[in-house]
Amino acid sequence: MKKGTGSAILLHAALIAAGALTLIPLAWMVSASFMPAGEANSFPPRLLPSAPTLEHYTTLFTRLQVWRHLLNSLIVAGLGTCAALVINGMAGYAFAKLRFRGREATFRFLLLALVVPAQVGMLPLFLMLRSMGFVNTYVGAIVPFLASVFGIFLIRQYALAIPDDLLDAARVDGAGELRIFARIVLPVLTPILVTLAVFVFLSAWNDFMWPLIVLSDERKYTLPVALANLSGEHVQDTELMMAGSVITVLPVVILFLALQRHYMRGVMMGSVKG
Amino acid sequence: MSGRPLATGETRAGWLFTAPALALIGVFFFVPVIGGLLLSLTDFDIYAIGDPHAVRVVGLANYGQLLNQPLFWKALGNTFYFVALGGPLSVLASLSAALLVSQRRVRFPGLFRSIFFMPVVTTLVAVAIVWRYLYHPQYGLVNAGLALLHLPAVDWLGDPRWAMPAIIVMTVWKNFGYNMLIFVAGLQSIPEELYEAAALDGAGAWSRFVHVTLPGLAPTFLFVGVTTMLGMFQMFSEPYVMTQGGPLKATTTIVLLMYEEGFRWWRLGLAAAIAFVLFVIMLLGTLLQMRLQRDRA
Repeated sequence: MKKGTGSAILLHAALIAAGALTLIPLAWMVSASFMPAGEANSFPPRLLPSAPTLEHYTTLFTRLQVWRHLLNSLIVAGLGTCAALVINGMAGYAFAKLRFRGREATFRFLLLALVVPAQVGMLPLFLMLRSMGFVNTYVGAIVPFLASVFGIFLIRQYALAIPDDLLDAARVDGAGELRIFARIVLPVLTPILVTLAVFVFLSAWNDFMWPLIVLSDERKYTLPVALANLSGEHVQDTELMMAGSVITVLPVVILFLALQRHYMRGVMMGSVKG
Repeated sequence: MSGRPLATGETRAGWLFTAPALALIGVFFFVPVIGGLLLSLTDFDIYAIGDPHAVRVVGLANYGQLLNQPLFWKALGNTFYFVALGGPLSVLASLSAALLVSQRRVRFPGLFRSIFFMPVVTTLVAVAIVWRYLYHPQYGLVNAGLALLHLPAVDWLGDPRWAMPAIIVMTVWKNFGYNMLIFVAGLQSIPEELYEAAALDGAGAWSRFVHVTLPGLAPTFLFVGVTTMLGMFQMFSEPYVMTQGGPLKATTTIVLLMYEEGFRWWRLGLAAAIAFVLFVIMLLGTLLQMRLQRDRA
Protein backbone atom coordinates (compact mmCIF):
# COMPACT_ATOMS: atom_id res chain seq x y z
CA MET A 1 0.00 0.00 0.00
CA LYS A 2 2.75 2.39 1.00
CA LYS A 3 4.63 1.81 -2.23
CA GLY A 4 1.55 2.87 -4.20
CA THR A 5 1.12 6.24 -2.50
CA GLY A 6 3.87 7.98 -4.44
CA SER A 7 2.60 6.81 -7.80
CA ALA A 8 -0.96 7.70 -6.82
CA ILE A 9 0.17 11.25 -6.11
CA LEU A 10 1.99 11.37 -9.45
CA LEU A 11 -1.11 10.04 -11.20
CA HIS A 12 -3.33 12.71 -9.68
CA ALA A 13 -0.76 15.42 -10.34
CA ALA A 14 -0.79 14.44 -14.00
CA LEU A 15 -4.59 14.44 -14.08
CA ILE A 16 -4.84 17.83 -12.40
CA ALA A 17 -2.21 19.34 -14.71
CA ALA A 18 -4.00 17.98 -17.79
CA GLY A 19 -7.35 19.15 -16.43
CA ALA A 20 -5.98 22.65 -15.80
CA LEU A 21 -4.51 22.85 -19.32
CA THR A 22 -7.87 21.79 -20.70
CA LEU A 23 -9.81 24.38 -18.73
CA ILE A 24 -7.43 27.37 -19.06
CA PRO A 25 -8.68 28.53 -22.49
CA LEU A 26 -12.29 28.39 -21.33
CA ALA A 27 -11.53 30.01 -17.97
CA TRP A 28 -9.62 32.82 -19.66
CA MET A 29 -12.52 33.35 -22.07
CA VAL A 30 -14.89 33.84 -19.12
CA SER A 31 -12.45 36.00 -17.19
CA ALA A 32 -11.58 38.26 -20.14
CA SER A 33 -15.27 38.75 -20.93
CA PHE A 34 -15.58 40.63 -17.60
CA MET A 35 -12.47 42.79 -18.08
CA PRO A 36 -12.76 46.52 -18.81
CA ALA A 37 -12.06 47.31 -22.46
CA GLY A 38 -8.38 46.99 -23.30
CA GLU A 39 -7.36 45.05 -20.21
CA ALA A 40 -7.08 41.71 -22.01
CA ASN A 41 -4.42 43.30 -24.22
CA SER A 42 -1.92 44.15 -21.54
CA PHE A 43 1.57 42.97 -20.88
CA PRO A 44 2.20 40.81 -18.96
CA PRO A 45 -1.19 39.14 -19.63
CA ARG A 46 -3.80 39.53 -16.89
CA LEU A 47 -5.60 36.45 -15.66
CA LEU A 48 -8.38 38.15 -13.72
CA PRO A 49 -10.28 41.40 -14.32
CA SER A 50 -9.14 44.33 -12.14
CA ALA A 51 -12.71 45.60 -11.88
CA PRO A 52 -15.25 43.11 -13.28
CA THR A 53 -17.76 44.69 -15.62
CA LEU A 54 -20.81 43.57 -17.58
CA GLU A 55 -20.44 46.31 -20.18
CA HIS A 56 -19.55 43.93 -23.01
CA TYR A 57 -22.60 41.78 -22.38
CA THR A 58 -24.73 44.92 -22.29
CA THR A 59 -23.23 46.11 -25.57
CA LEU A 60 -23.86 42.74 -27.19
CA PHE A 61 -27.48 42.53 -26.12
CA THR A 62 -28.40 46.14 -26.80
CA ARG A 63 -26.31 47.71 -29.54
CA LEU A 64 -25.32 44.53 -31.35
CA GLN A 65 -28.65 42.76 -30.82
CA VAL A 66 -27.14 39.41 -30.04
CA TRP A 67 -30.48 38.23 -28.67
CA ARG A 68 -31.64 37.96 -32.26
CA HIS A 69 -28.90 35.45 -33.05
CA LEU A 70 -29.50 33.63 -29.78
CA LEU A 71 -33.11 33.25 -30.82
CA ASN A 72 -32.14 32.12 -34.33
CA SER A 73 -29.84 29.47 -32.88
CA LEU A 74 -32.55 28.31 -30.48
CA ILE A 75 -35.08 28.04 -33.29
CA VAL A 76 -32.78 26.19 -35.67
CA ALA A 77 -31.38 23.80 -33.04
CA GLY A 78 -34.72 23.37 -31.23
CA LEU A 79 -36.88 22.71 -34.28
CA GLY A 80 -34.18 20.55 -35.81
CA THR A 81 -33.99 18.45 -32.67
CA CYS A 82 -37.77 17.94 -32.42
CA ALA A 83 -38.05 16.91 -36.06
CA ALA A 84 -35.00 14.66 -35.84
CA LEU A 85 -36.42 12.82 -32.83
CA VAL A 86 -39.68 11.96 -34.60
CA ILE A 87 -38.15 11.11 -37.96
CA ASN A 88 -35.12 9.12 -36.76
CA GLY A 89 -37.02 7.59 -33.84
CA MET A 90 -39.66 6.04 -36.09
CA ALA A 91 -37.17 4.93 -38.71
CA GLY A 92 -34.71 3.50 -36.19
CA TYR A 93 -37.44 1.50 -34.51
CA ALA A 94 -38.77 0.23 -37.85
CA PHE A 95 -35.31 -0.90 -38.97
CA ALA A 96 -34.87 -2.76 -35.68
CA LYS A 97 -38.25 -4.29 -35.04
CA LEU A 98 -40.75 -4.15 -37.91
CA ARG A 99 -40.39 -7.07 -40.29
CA PHE A 100 -40.70 -5.93 -43.87
CA ARG A 101 -39.22 -6.98 -47.19
CA GLY A 102 -36.18 -4.97 -48.24
CA ARG A 103 -35.42 -3.83 -44.71
CA GLU A 104 -31.84 -5.09 -44.48
CA ALA A 105 -30.93 -3.99 -48.00
CA THR A 106 -32.33 -0.49 -47.39
CA PHE A 107 -30.46 -0.16 -44.10
CA ARG A 108 -27.18 -1.26 -45.67
CA PHE A 109 -27.71 1.25 -48.46
CA LEU A 110 -28.22 4.02 -45.89
CA LEU A 111 -24.93 3.11 -44.19
CA LEU A 112 -23.20 3.97 -47.47
CA ALA A 113 -23.97 7.61 -46.70
CA LEU A 114 -21.52 7.48 -43.80
CA VAL A 115 -18.48 7.37 -46.09
CA VAL A 116 -19.54 10.36 -48.19
CA PRO A 117 -18.41 13.73 -46.81
CA ALA A 118 -21.23 16.26 -46.50
CA GLN A 119 -19.29 18.77 -48.59
CA VAL A 120 -19.84 16.69 -51.73
CA GLY A 121 -23.54 17.43 -51.67
CA MET A 122 -23.35 20.96 -50.29
CA LEU A 123 -23.11 22.85 -53.56
CA PRO A 124 -26.04 21.11 -55.30
CA LEU A 125 -28.04 21.22 -52.06
CA PHE A 126 -27.56 24.96 -51.98
CA LEU A 127 -28.75 25.30 -55.58
CA MET A 128 -31.68 22.99 -54.86
CA LEU A 129 -32.82 24.92 -51.80
CA ARG A 130 -32.33 28.14 -53.72
CA SER A 131 -34.74 27.01 -56.42
CA MET A 132 -37.20 25.93 -53.71
CA GLY A 133 -36.98 29.34 -52.05
CA PHE A 134 -35.42 27.99 -48.85
CA VAL A 135 -32.17 29.92 -48.96
CA ASN A 136 -31.97 32.41 -46.10
CA THR A 137 -34.76 30.67 -44.16
CA TYR A 138 -34.77 28.61 -40.98
CA VAL A 139 -35.98 25.62 -42.98
CA GLY A 140 -32.91 25.84 -45.17
CA ALA A 141 -30.66 25.91 -42.11
CA ILE A 142 -32.45 22.93 -40.51
CA VAL A 143 -32.62 20.63 -43.54
CA PRO A 144 -29.32 18.77 -42.96
CA PHE A 145 -30.32 17.87 -39.38
CA LEU A 146 -33.79 16.44 -40.02
CA ALA A 147 -32.86 12.86 -40.81
CA SER A 148 -29.46 11.34 -40.19
CA VAL A 149 -28.01 7.91 -40.71
CA PHE A 150 -26.19 8.21 -37.40
CA GLY A 151 -29.46 9.00 -35.61
CA ILE A 152 -31.27 6.06 -37.20
CA PHE A 153 -28.33 3.79 -36.35
CA LEU A 154 -28.29 4.95 -32.72
CA ILE A 155 -32.03 4.35 -32.20
CA ARG A 156 -31.87 1.03 -34.05
CA GLN A 157 -29.06 -0.31 -31.84
CA TYR A 158 -31.10 0.51 -28.75
CA ALA A 159 -34.45 -0.70 -30.11
CA LEU A 160 -33.01 -4.12 -31.03
CA ALA A 161 -33.28 -5.04 -27.34
CA ILE A 162 -37.08 -4.61 -27.24
CA PRO A 163 -38.59 -8.13 -26.94
CA ASP A 164 -40.71 -9.15 -29.94
CA ASP A 165 -43.19 -10.88 -27.63
CA LEU A 166 -44.11 -7.54 -26.10
CA LEU A 167 -45.00 -6.11 -29.51
CA ASP A 168 -46.73 -9.27 -30.75
CA ALA A 169 -48.89 -9.43 -27.62
CA ALA A 170 -50.11 -5.91 -28.32
CA ARG A 171 -50.83 -6.89 -31.95
CA VAL A 172 -52.89 -9.86 -30.78
CA ASP A 173 -54.86 -7.44 -28.66
CA GLY A 174 -55.67 -5.56 -31.84
CA ALA A 175 -53.44 -2.50 -31.36
CA GLY A 176 -52.33 -0.74 -34.55
CA GLU A 177 -48.63 -0.17 -35.29
CA LEU A 178 -48.78 3.56 -34.61
CA ARG A 179 -50.48 2.95 -31.29
CA ILE A 180 -47.88 0.31 -30.36
CA PHE A 181 -45.14 2.79 -31.20
CA ALA A 182 -46.68 5.57 -29.12
CA ARG A 183 -47.75 3.48 -26.11
CA ILE A 184 -45.15 0.74 -25.81
CA VAL A 185 -42.05 1.65 -27.82
CA LEU A 186 -41.64 5.35 -27.03
CA PRO A 187 -41.42 4.89 -23.23
CA VAL A 188 -38.76 2.20 -23.73
CA LEU A 189 -36.80 4.40 -26.14
CA THR A 190 -36.87 7.51 -23.94
CA PRO A 191 -33.25 7.31 -22.71
CA ILE A 192 -31.80 6.94 -26.20
CA LEU A 193 -34.11 9.67 -27.51
CA VAL A 194 -32.62 12.01 -24.90
CA THR A 195 -29.16 10.98 -26.13
CA LEU A 196 -30.13 11.72 -29.72
CA ALA A 197 -31.70 15.03 -28.71
CA VAL A 198 -28.47 16.21 -27.09
CA PHE A 199 -26.47 15.10 -30.13
CA VAL A 200 -28.67 16.86 -32.65
CA PHE A 201 -29.05 20.00 -30.57
CA LEU A 202 -25.30 20.32 -30.05
CA SER A 203 -24.39 19.70 -33.65
CA ALA A 204 -27.06 22.08 -34.95
CA TRP A 205 -26.08 24.75 -32.42
CA ASN A 206 -22.37 24.44 -33.12
CA ASP A 207 -22.58 24.06 -36.90
CA PHE A 208 -20.88 26.78 -38.87
CA MET A 209 -20.27 25.94 -42.51
CA TRP A 210 -23.84 25.18 -43.57
CA PRO A 211 -25.57 28.19 -41.92
CA LEU A 212 -22.73 30.35 -43.28
CA ILE A 213 -23.62 29.16 -46.76
CA VAL A 214 -27.39 29.11 -46.58
CA LEU A 215 -28.10 32.23 -44.49
CA SER A 216 -27.31 35.48 -46.29
CA ASP A 217 -29.28 38.03 -44.28
CA GLU A 218 -27.40 39.15 -41.19
CA ARG A 219 -30.63 39.15 -39.17
CA LYS A 220 -31.03 35.41 -39.80
CA TYR A 221 -27.50 34.46 -38.70
CA THR A 222 -27.13 31.84 -36.00
CA LEU A 223 -24.72 32.63 -33.16
CA PRO A 224 -21.57 31.03 -34.64
CA VAL A 225 -22.05 32.83 -37.97
CA ALA A 226 -22.83 36.11 -36.23
CA LEU A 227 -19.79 35.67 -33.99
CA ALA A 228 -17.45 34.99 -36.91
CA ASN A 229 -18.90 38.01 -38.67
CA LEU A 230 -18.50 40.16 -35.56
CA SER A 231 -14.91 39.07 -35.05
CA GLY A 232 -14.02 40.61 -38.39
CA GLU A 233 -15.26 44.09 -37.41
CA HIS A 234 -14.30 43.93 -33.74
CA VAL A 235 -10.98 42.14 -33.93
CA GLN A 236 -9.42 44.68 -31.54
CA ASP A 237 -12.22 44.36 -28.97
CA THR A 238 -10.90 41.25 -27.26
CA GLU A 239 -13.16 41.52 -24.21
CA LEU A 240 -16.27 42.02 -26.35
CA MET A 241 -15.42 38.98 -28.47
CA MET A 242 -14.87 36.90 -25.35
CA ALA A 243 -18.30 37.90 -24.04
CA GLY A 244 -19.78 36.86 -27.40
CA SER A 245 -17.95 33.54 -27.18
CA VAL A 246 -19.30 32.96 -23.65
CA ILE A 247 -22.87 33.60 -24.85
CA THR A 248 -22.36 31.14 -27.70
CA VAL A 249 -20.71 28.40 -25.65
CA LEU A 250 -22.61 28.66 -22.36
CA PRO A 251 -25.95 27.15 -23.47
CA VAL A 252 -24.32 24.00 -24.87
CA VAL A 253 -21.97 23.59 -21.92
CA ILE A 254 -24.94 23.79 -19.54
CA LEU A 255 -26.88 21.32 -21.65
CA PHE A 256 -23.89 18.98 -21.65
CA LEU A 257 -23.35 19.21 -17.89
CA ALA A 258 -27.04 18.52 -17.27
CA LEU A 259 -27.29 15.57 -19.64
CA GLN A 260 -23.70 14.35 -19.91
CA ARG A 261 -24.50 10.76 -19.02
CA HIS A 262 -26.87 10.54 -21.98
CA TYR A 263 -24.46 12.26 -24.30
CA MET A 264 -21.48 10.11 -23.37
CA ARG A 265 -23.53 6.96 -23.83
CA GLY A 266 -24.23 8.10 -27.39
CA VAL A 267 -20.52 8.60 -28.07
CA MET A 268 -19.74 5.12 -26.80
CA MET A 269 -22.65 3.49 -28.63
CA GLY A 270 -21.69 5.20 -31.85
CA SER A 271 -18.30 3.55 -31.65
CA VAL A 272 -19.71 0.04 -31.36
CA LYS A 273 -19.62 -1.64 -34.70
CA GLY A 274 -23.11 -2.69 -35.78
CA MET B 1 -35.60 -12.22 -38.95
CA SER B 2 -37.83 -14.84 -37.40
CA GLY B 3 -39.38 -17.63 -39.39
CA ARG B 4 -42.78 -16.04 -39.07
CA PRO B 5 -44.27 -14.94 -42.42
CA LEU B 6 -44.23 -11.21 -43.03
CA ALA B 7 -47.47 -9.62 -41.92
CA THR B 8 -48.93 -7.11 -44.37
CA GLY B 9 -49.79 -4.66 -41.60
CA GLU B 10 -46.24 -4.75 -40.35
CA THR B 11 -44.81 -4.38 -43.84
CA ARG B 12 -46.94 -1.34 -44.49
CA ALA B 13 -46.01 0.16 -41.14
CA GLY B 14 -42.35 -0.57 -41.81
CA TRP B 15 -42.30 1.47 -44.98
CA LEU B 16 -44.53 4.14 -43.47
CA PHE B 17 -42.26 4.56 -40.47
CA THR B 18 -39.12 4.76 -42.55
CA ALA B 19 -40.62 6.83 -45.39
CA PRO B 20 -39.97 10.32 -43.94
CA ALA B 21 -36.33 9.52 -43.12
CA LEU B 22 -35.72 7.78 -46.45
CA ALA B 23 -37.36 10.60 -48.40
CA LEU B 24 -35.35 13.29 -46.59
CA ILE B 25 -32.04 11.46 -46.86
CA GLY B 26 -32.78 10.63 -50.48
CA VAL B 27 -33.75 14.15 -51.51
CA PHE B 28 -31.34 16.15 -49.36
CA PHE B 29 -28.35 13.81 -49.36
CA PHE B 30 -28.17 11.21 -52.12
CA VAL B 31 -29.60 13.44 -54.84
CA PRO B 32 -27.19 16.31 -54.04
CA VAL B 33 -24.25 13.89 -53.92
CA ILE B 34 -25.04 12.61 -57.41
CA GLY B 35 -25.76 16.22 -58.40
CA GLY B 36 -22.30 17.12 -57.12
CA LEU B 37 -20.68 14.60 -59.40
CA LEU B 38 -22.62 15.94 -62.38
CA LEU B 39 -21.93 19.54 -61.35
CA SER B 40 -18.20 18.83 -61.36
CA LEU B 41 -18.46 17.98 -65.06
CA THR B 42 -19.93 21.39 -65.96
CA ASP B 43 -18.73 24.99 -66.10
CA PHE B 44 -21.45 26.12 -63.67
CA ASP B 45 -20.49 29.65 -62.53
CA ILE B 46 -22.03 32.94 -61.45
CA TYR B 47 -23.65 33.45 -64.87
CA ALA B 48 -25.31 30.06 -64.68
CA ILE B 49 -26.99 31.00 -61.40
CA GLY B 50 -28.90 33.70 -63.25
CA ASP B 51 -29.44 31.64 -66.38
CA PRO B 52 -29.22 27.84 -65.94
CA HIS B 53 -29.24 27.37 -69.73
CA ALA B 54 -25.79 28.89 -69.90
CA VAL B 55 -24.31 25.78 -68.27
CA ARG B 56 -22.13 23.66 -70.53
CA VAL B 57 -20.84 20.15 -69.98
CA VAL B 58 -17.07 20.35 -70.01
CA GLY B 59 -16.18 16.76 -69.12
CA LEU B 60 -13.11 16.51 -66.94
CA ALA B 61 -11.92 20.05 -67.63
CA ASN B 62 -12.46 21.14 -64.01
CA TYR B 63 -10.29 18.29 -62.78
CA GLY B 64 -7.65 19.19 -65.35
CA GLN B 65 -7.74 22.80 -64.22
CA LEU B 66 -7.26 21.72 -60.60
CA LEU B 67 -4.18 19.69 -61.43
CA ASN B 68 -2.65 22.81 -63.01
CA GLN B 69 -3.55 25.09 -60.11
CA PRO B 70 -0.68 25.57 -57.61
CA LEU B 71 -3.13 26.64 -54.90
CA PHE B 72 -4.96 23.32 -55.18
CA TRP B 73 -1.73 21.41 -54.58
CA LYS B 74 -0.86 23.77 -51.74
CA ALA B 75 -4.27 23.15 -50.11
CA LEU B 76 -3.91 19.42 -50.63
CA GLY B 77 -0.46 19.50 -49.04
CA ASN B 78 -1.71 21.61 -46.11
CA THR B 79 -4.58 19.20 -45.51
CA PHE B 80 -2.27 16.18 -45.57
CA TYR B 81 0.13 17.96 -43.23
CA PHE B 82 -2.75 18.63 -40.85
CA VAL B 83 -3.99 15.04 -40.96
CA ALA B 84 -0.54 13.42 -40.80
CA LEU B 85 0.66 15.44 -37.81
CA GLY B 86 -2.65 16.23 -36.10
CA GLY B 87 -4.14 12.75 -36.43
CA PRO B 88 -1.47 10.80 -34.52
CA LEU B 89 -1.05 13.62 -31.95
CA SER B 90 -4.77 13.68 -31.34
CA VAL B 91 -4.99 9.88 -30.94
CA LEU B 92 -1.97 9.91 -28.63
CA ALA B 93 -3.52 12.62 -26.43
CA SER B 94 -6.81 10.72 -26.30
CA LEU B 95 -5.15 7.43 -25.40
CA SER B 96 -3.03 9.05 -22.69
CA ALA B 97 -6.06 10.74 -21.15
CA ALA B 98 -8.03 7.49 -21.33
CA LEU B 99 -5.23 5.54 -19.62
CA LEU B 100 -5.01 8.18 -16.88
CA VAL B 101 -8.72 8.34 -16.08
CA SER B 102 -9.07 4.54 -16.29
CA GLN B 103 -6.59 3.81 -13.50
CA ARG B 104 -8.48 2.14 -10.71
CA ARG B 105 -6.94 4.35 -8.04
CA VAL B 106 -8.20 7.61 -9.55
CA ARG B 107 -10.45 9.66 -7.29
CA PHE B 108 -13.39 11.33 -9.05
CA PRO B 109 -12.80 9.72 -12.47
CA GLY B 110 -16.16 11.10 -13.63
CA LEU B 111 -15.08 14.66 -12.86
CA PHE B 112 -11.86 14.35 -14.86
CA ARG B 113 -13.70 12.69 -17.72
CA SER B 114 -16.18 15.59 -17.83
CA ILE B 115 -13.39 18.17 -17.76
CA PHE B 116 -11.49 16.48 -20.60
CA PHE B 117 -14.69 16.17 -22.57
CA MET B 118 -15.79 19.78 -22.09
CA PRO B 119 -13.97 21.27 -25.13
CA VAL B 120 -15.71 18.73 -27.38
CA VAL B 121 -19.14 20.23 -26.78
CA THR B 122 -18.05 23.85 -27.12
CA THR B 123 -18.78 25.78 -30.30
CA LEU B 124 -15.81 25.54 -32.64
CA VAL B 125 -16.15 29.11 -33.93
CA ALA B 126 -16.22 30.53 -30.40
CA VAL B 127 -13.18 28.63 -29.13
CA ALA B 128 -11.29 29.29 -32.35
CA ILE B 129 -11.75 33.00 -31.63
CA VAL B 130 -10.57 32.45 -28.05
CA TRP B 131 -7.45 30.66 -29.28
CA ARG B 132 -6.75 33.43 -31.76
CA TYR B 133 -6.25 35.71 -28.77
CA LEU B 134 -4.36 33.05 -26.77
CA TYR B 135 -1.93 32.91 -29.71
CA HIS B 136 -1.46 36.70 -29.79
CA PRO B 137 2.31 37.26 -30.18
CA GLN B 138 2.43 39.98 -27.48
CA TYR B 139 -0.52 39.56 -25.15
CA GLY B 140 -1.39 35.89 -25.61
CA LEU B 141 -1.24 33.37 -22.79
CA VAL B 142 0.59 30.81 -24.94
CA ASN B 143 3.65 32.99 -25.35
CA ALA B 144 3.40 34.00 -21.68
CA GLY B 145 3.57 30.29 -20.84
CA LEU B 146 6.59 29.88 -23.11
CA ALA B 147 8.27 32.84 -21.40
CA LEU B 148 7.84 31.10 -18.04
CA LEU B 149 9.78 28.18 -19.50
CA HIS B 150 12.38 30.62 -20.87
CA LEU B 151 11.39 29.82 -24.44
CA PRO B 152 11.30 32.49 -27.17
CA ALA B 153 7.98 34.03 -28.24
CA VAL B 154 6.45 32.81 -31.49
CA ASP B 155 4.15 34.68 -33.87
CA TRP B 156 1.85 31.65 -33.97
CA LEU B 157 -0.78 32.65 -36.50
CA GLY B 158 1.34 35.22 -38.33
CA ASP B 159 4.23 32.96 -39.27
CA PRO B 160 3.59 30.56 -42.18
CA ARG B 161 5.74 27.91 -40.49
CA TRP B 162 3.82 28.03 -37.20
CA ALA B 163 0.25 28.72 -38.26
CA MET B 164 -0.61 25.10 -39.08
CA PRO B 165 1.04 23.63 -35.95
CA ALA B 166 -0.86 26.25 -33.91
CA ILE B 167 -4.15 25.14 -35.45
CA ILE B 168 -3.21 21.51 -34.84
CA VAL B 169 -2.61 22.15 -31.12
CA MET B 170 -5.96 23.89 -30.83
CA THR B 171 -7.68 21.03 -32.69
CA VAL B 172 -6.12 18.42 -30.42
CA TRP B 173 -7.28 20.42 -27.39
CA LYS B 174 -10.79 20.67 -28.85
CA ASN B 175 -11.22 17.01 -29.81
CA PHE B 176 -9.13 14.70 -27.63
CA GLY B 177 -11.97 14.17 -25.15
CA TYR B 178 -14.14 12.49 -27.74
CA ASN B 179 -11.70 9.71 -28.61
CA MET B 180 -10.69 9.49 -24.95
CA LEU B 181 -14.20 8.32 -24.18
CA ILE B 182 -14.06 5.72 -26.93
CA PHE B 183 -10.70 4.48 -25.64
CA VAL B 184 -12.16 4.27 -22.13
CA ALA B 185 -14.94 2.05 -23.49
CA GLY B 186 -12.31 -0.02 -25.32
CA LEU B 187 -10.21 -0.40 -22.18
CA GLN B 188 -13.24 -1.56 -20.21
CA SER B 189 -13.92 -4.27 -22.78
CA ILE B 190 -10.51 -5.94 -22.21
CA PRO B 191 -11.11 -8.92 -19.88
CA GLU B 192 -9.49 -8.55 -16.47
CA GLU B 193 -8.29 -12.18 -16.63
CA LEU B 194 -5.84 -11.30 -19.40
CA TYR B 195 -4.11 -8.82 -17.09
CA GLU B 196 -4.09 -11.32 -14.23
CA ALA B 197 -2.65 -14.05 -16.45
CA ALA B 198 0.04 -11.67 -17.70
CA ALA B 199 0.87 -10.65 -14.13
CA LEU B 200 1.17 -14.32 -13.16
CA ASP B 201 3.61 -14.78 -16.03
CA GLY B 202 5.71 -12.07 -14.42
CA ALA B 203 4.92 -9.35 -16.96
CA GLY B 204 5.66 -5.82 -15.76
CA ALA B 205 3.40 -2.82 -16.30
CA TRP B 206 5.00 -1.90 -19.63
CA SER B 207 4.89 -5.46 -20.90
CA ARG B 208 1.22 -5.77 -19.91
CA PHE B 209 0.52 -2.53 -21.79
CA VAL B 210 2.25 -3.78 -24.94
CA HIS B 211 0.98 -7.36 -24.89
CA VAL B 212 -2.51 -6.99 -23.41
CA THR B 213 -3.74 -3.40 -23.64
CA LEU B 214 -2.58 -2.46 -27.15
CA PRO B 215 -3.80 -5.67 -28.87
CA GLY B 216 -7.06 -5.40 -26.92
CA LEU B 217 -7.56 -1.90 -28.26
CA ALA B 218 -6.97 -2.87 -31.92
CA PRO B 219 -10.61 -2.47 -33.04
CA THR B 220 -10.82 0.82 -31.14
CA PHE B 221 -7.70 2.08 -32.92
CA LEU B 222 -9.27 1.32 -36.28
CA PHE B 223 -12.49 3.15 -35.42
CA VAL B 224 -10.70 6.12 -33.85
CA GLY B 225 -8.15 6.27 -36.66
CA VAL B 226 -10.73 6.28 -39.43
CA THR B 227 -13.18 8.74 -37.83
CA THR B 228 -10.41 11.12 -36.75
CA MET B 229 -8.88 11.09 -40.21
CA LEU B 230 -12.24 11.65 -41.91
CA GLY B 231 -13.03 14.55 -39.59
CA MET B 232 -9.65 16.18 -40.09
CA PHE B 233 -9.79 15.99 -43.87
CA GLN B 234 -12.87 18.20 -43.63
CA MET B 235 -11.27 20.99 -41.58
CA PHE B 236 -12.81 24.32 -42.45
CA SER B 237 -13.91 26.53 -39.54
CA GLU B 238 -10.52 26.72 -37.79
CA PRO B 239 -8.62 28.35 -40.67
CA TYR B 240 -11.71 30.32 -41.73
CA VAL B 241 -11.93 31.97 -38.30
CA MET B 242 -8.31 32.02 -37.16
CA THR B 243 -6.24 32.73 -40.26
CA GLN B 244 -8.54 33.05 -43.30
CA GLY B 245 -6.28 30.44 -44.86
CA GLY B 246 -3.11 32.50 -44.41
CA PRO B 247 -0.44 33.56 -43.84
CA LEU B 248 0.73 32.99 -47.41
CA LYS B 249 -1.99 30.33 -47.84
CA ALA B 250 -0.20 28.16 -45.26
CA THR B 251 -3.50 27.08 -43.68
CA THR B 252 -5.73 26.93 -46.75
CA THR B 253 -7.33 23.48 -46.61
CA ILE B 254 -9.20 21.56 -49.28
CA VAL B 255 -12.61 22.41 -47.85
CA LEU B 256 -11.69 26.08 -47.36
CA LEU B 257 -10.58 26.20 -50.99
CA MET B 258 -13.84 24.53 -52.02
CA TYR B 259 -15.82 27.09 -50.04
CA GLU B 260 -13.97 30.01 -51.57
CA GLU B 261 -14.21 28.74 -55.14
CA GLY B 262 -17.87 27.78 -54.69
CA PHE B 263 -19.39 30.41 -52.47
CA ARG B 264 -17.09 33.39 -52.79
CA TRP B 265 -16.27 33.23 -56.50
CA TRP B 266 -19.32 31.13 -57.45
CA ARG B 267 -17.28 28.70 -59.55
CA LEU B 268 -19.52 25.83 -58.51
CA GLY B 269 -18.35 23.40 -61.17
CA LEU B 270 -14.75 23.73 -60.07
CA ALA B 271 -15.73 23.62 -56.38
CA ALA B 272 -17.70 20.41 -56.95
CA ALA B 273 -14.60 18.86 -58.52
CA ILE B 274 -12.60 19.80 -55.40
CA ALA B 275 -15.26 18.16 -53.21
CA PHE B 276 -15.04 14.97 -55.25
CA VAL B 277 -11.29 14.83 -55.05
CA LEU B 278 -11.68 15.09 -51.27
CA PHE B 279 -14.24 12.27 -51.31
CA VAL B 280 -11.93 9.97 -53.23
CA ILE B 281 -9.00 10.74 -50.92
CA MET B 282 -11.11 10.04 -47.83
CA LEU B 283 -12.35 6.79 -49.32
CA LEU B 284 -8.81 5.67 -50.13
CA GLY B 285 -7.66 6.68 -46.65
CA THR B 286 -10.40 4.59 -45.05
CA LEU B 287 -9.64 1.54 -47.21
CA LEU B 288 -5.93 1.89 -46.48
CA GLN B 289 -6.48 1.94 -42.73
CA MET B 290 -8.81 -1.05 -42.90
CA ARG B 291 -6.22 -2.93 -44.96
CA LEU B 292 -3.37 -2.08 -42.58
CA GLN B 293 -5.44 -3.17 -39.63
CA ARG B 294 -6.39 -6.48 -41.27
CA ASP B 295 -2.82 -7.27 -42.24
CA ARG B 296 -1.72 -6.77 -38.68
CA ALA B 297 -4.46 -9.01 -37.26
